[in-house]
Amino acid sequence: MAPKLTMVEAINLALRQEMERDDRVVLLGEDIGINEGVFRVTAGLHTAFGAERVIDTPLAESGIVGTAIGMALAGLRPVIEIQFAGFVFLGFGQLEGHAARYRSRTLGQWTVPLVLRMPYGAGIRAHEHHSESREATLAGVPGLKVVIPSGPRSARALLAAAIRDPDPVIFMEPAQLYRAFREEVPEEPEVGVLGRAHVERTGSDVTLVSWGAMMLPSRRAADLLAREDGVQVELIDVQSIAPLDTATIVESVARTGRCVIVQESPRSFSLASEIVARINDQVLLQLEAPVQRVSGYDVVTPFFQRERLYMPNEARIIAAVGQALAD
Amino acid sequence: MPLKEVAKFSVSQLQVLDEHGQLDEKLDPRLSAADAVRLYEAMSLGREVDQRLVRLQRQGRMGTCPPCTGHEAAVCAPALAMTDRDWFVGYYRELGARLMRGDSLEQSLHFWHGHEEGNVQQQPGRTLPVTAIVGAQVPHAVGIAYAMKYRREQDSAVVSFFGDGATSQGDVHEAMNFAAVWQVPVVFICVNNQWAISHPREQQTRSETIAQKAIAYGFEGLQVDGNDPLGMYLATDRALQRAREGGGPTLIEALTYRLLMHTTADDPRRYRSDAEVERWWKRDPLPRMRRYLEGRALWGEAQQEALQERMRQQIDAAVNAAEQAGGWRPDVLFDHVYGTPDPEIEAQRRSFLGSLPRAGAVDGHGA
Ligand SMILES: Cc1ncc(C[n+]2csc(CCOP(=O)(O)OP(=O)(O)O)c2C)c(N)n1
Repeated sequence: MAPKLTMVEAINLALRQEMERDDRVVLLGEDIGINEGVFRVTAGLHTAFGAERVIDTPLAESGIVGTAIGMALAGLRPVIEIQFAGFVFLGFGQLEGHAARYRSRTLGQWTVPLVLRMPYGAGIRAHEHHSESREATLAGVPGLKVVIPSGPRSARALLAAAIRDPDPVIFMEPAQLYRAFREEVPEEPEVGVLGRAHVERTGSDVTLVSWGAMMLPSRRAADLLAREDGVQVELIDVQSIAPLDTATIVESVARTGRCVIVQESPRSFSLASEIVARINDQVLLQLEAPVQRVSGYDVVTPFFQRERLYMPNEARIIAAVGQALAD
Repeated sequence: MPLKEVAKFSVSQLQVLDEHGQLDEKLDPRLSAADAVRLYEAMSLGREVDQRLVRLQRQGRMGTCPPCTGHEAAVCAPALAMTDRDWFVGYYRELGARLMRGDSLEQSLHFWHGHEEGNVQQQPGRTLPVTAIVGAQVPHAVGIAYAMKYRREQDSAVVSFFGDGATSQGDVHEAMNFAAVWQVPVVFICVNNQWAISHPREQQTRSETIAQKAIAYGFEGLQVDGNDPLGMYLATDRALQRAREGGGPTLIEALTYRLLMHTTADDPRRYRSDAEVERWWKRDPLPRMRRYLEGRALWGEAQQEALQERMRQQIDAAVNAAEQAGGWRPDVLFDHVYGTPDPEIEAQRRSFLGSLPRAGAVDGHGA
């Protein structure tokens, strides 16, 4: 039987295996070496691979992203750790202005195959600028890919794929799921496919679309709906925020005629909004009811005393499914 | 309260060839005749192309471009000191040096004309394309230098150019700090032309020199007369040597002056005096280099006339070729967003192509 790992351990396994496979892979970030990262994601790697490959950088996000771009241009495969998602914007200029554009700026002659991984999202009682979920802001940058796993096994496989991908990939790790549960993760390397959504559970009554930490209340809601109301939910884990696998989502919605999207991030200008637009573009006439969005609010991510109030939960999801079924 | 001195610093300026063409024999880098002539010809070509670009822009045949007049020694001499194995990480005001590095003039014209095609080098080497975000390229240079060190490449180093305005950017600070901590083979060349558009150097930083900033990071900083090609060559050559030998970074402040406008869209008379500009024309690096060549009996009127004619032909040919180029696919912009196919982008490409009035190509010129 494969060992049961937490998401932190699974990500660590992916890093270790990719570093063993390819000596161009180097890690850089704040406190990732001797301290092994504030969430211990890089545990043991500094010891195994040395300070030259597990680089403890000075405290400077733009410098980290900017130097990683140079490493990638010169043929390395840098994997950045940004300590918390709220700090990524200090490196955003480099991401948006350079990592995302080198390929198109030079018509493919220069490319920047780097991975930027970071914990994101609320639910871990952290302080300000530690709990943001801004995937849409990053996914809105042409040239960046954005990936969000929802469990240990997919995290390992998708991170391996991200490291091997030819483009800059933002790999957002739901901090709430880091140690939330264990899953069997096979020892031999598994490599996922970016740009693909995963139909986690099939059903004919309503399509429930989510990703990251929000897969947890979505799964629980789907269970409850089946048990108590006999509602058969088709549950889709988006996994790849950009590029977005529209086909899998619209195919499902065309069958069920109803859709609820669950996201932690603020509602406006969000991935949920984009998914609604694509559903309207492609399968509007098959819809039996307006698509529902369950989301965070358009407010600054609150300090931790209020984070539970901010985040979607089963009750809100079930109410939205009720709305979708009522019409 | 007794104070104890804990550290003491000084900053020097290097000049080998002064504005009167006087050579400091002790410091003479003794360029070979071929190299000395190559440097002068490259500086001259940079100047000549500059003049033509400004004229073409005025005629509506070229996009906005940033003239390099006055910077020829500061950028071409370092390019001469570099080998093909060294990386050139520049900004946007080093055209003459980029041509020395193998960029073709025609390609450069495409770039300033607004075509991505102008960024594609015919021989992919170690010259990064032009960047517009001020200072952003400097951390890239440091990352590349890290990769050199990681691969134990002892025959190569990275040279990064940026302006005095760029030194105010956090990225330049972060890059220098990283480079020092990592001890990577990089040479920072700050082309201090004393103006960032209309903002004078004295209001950019209260440091007396740019060179002294290196001291704070823990590596050597040196000011060089940036209009002195031999001084710039010597300083870069030494810094590259040190970098390749594992001695870490160096900051070279090339003290020079931007003789023309910031870009063709700028009117410098709004913010600086004619007298100041006049003073700097007297230190023009070109006649200085020519006098040096003449002193070594490597140059004369006949060579100058022949060079002038060669450059005219070369530039005419490149401008003609660039203006005749065309037929570029408009949907090339959908080709390189990702290295992997994306159905959404392909759908948008079809819709874009369908929306064009005719199966049109991108116009070859016309800004
Ligand atoms: C981040 C950023 N801010 C502003 C600009 C607009 N801008 C372009 S060049 C320039 C001045 C740069 O001065 P300096 O670094 O001294 O270089 P120089 O142009 O004088 O060679 C400014 C403000 C820019 N390109 N990038």
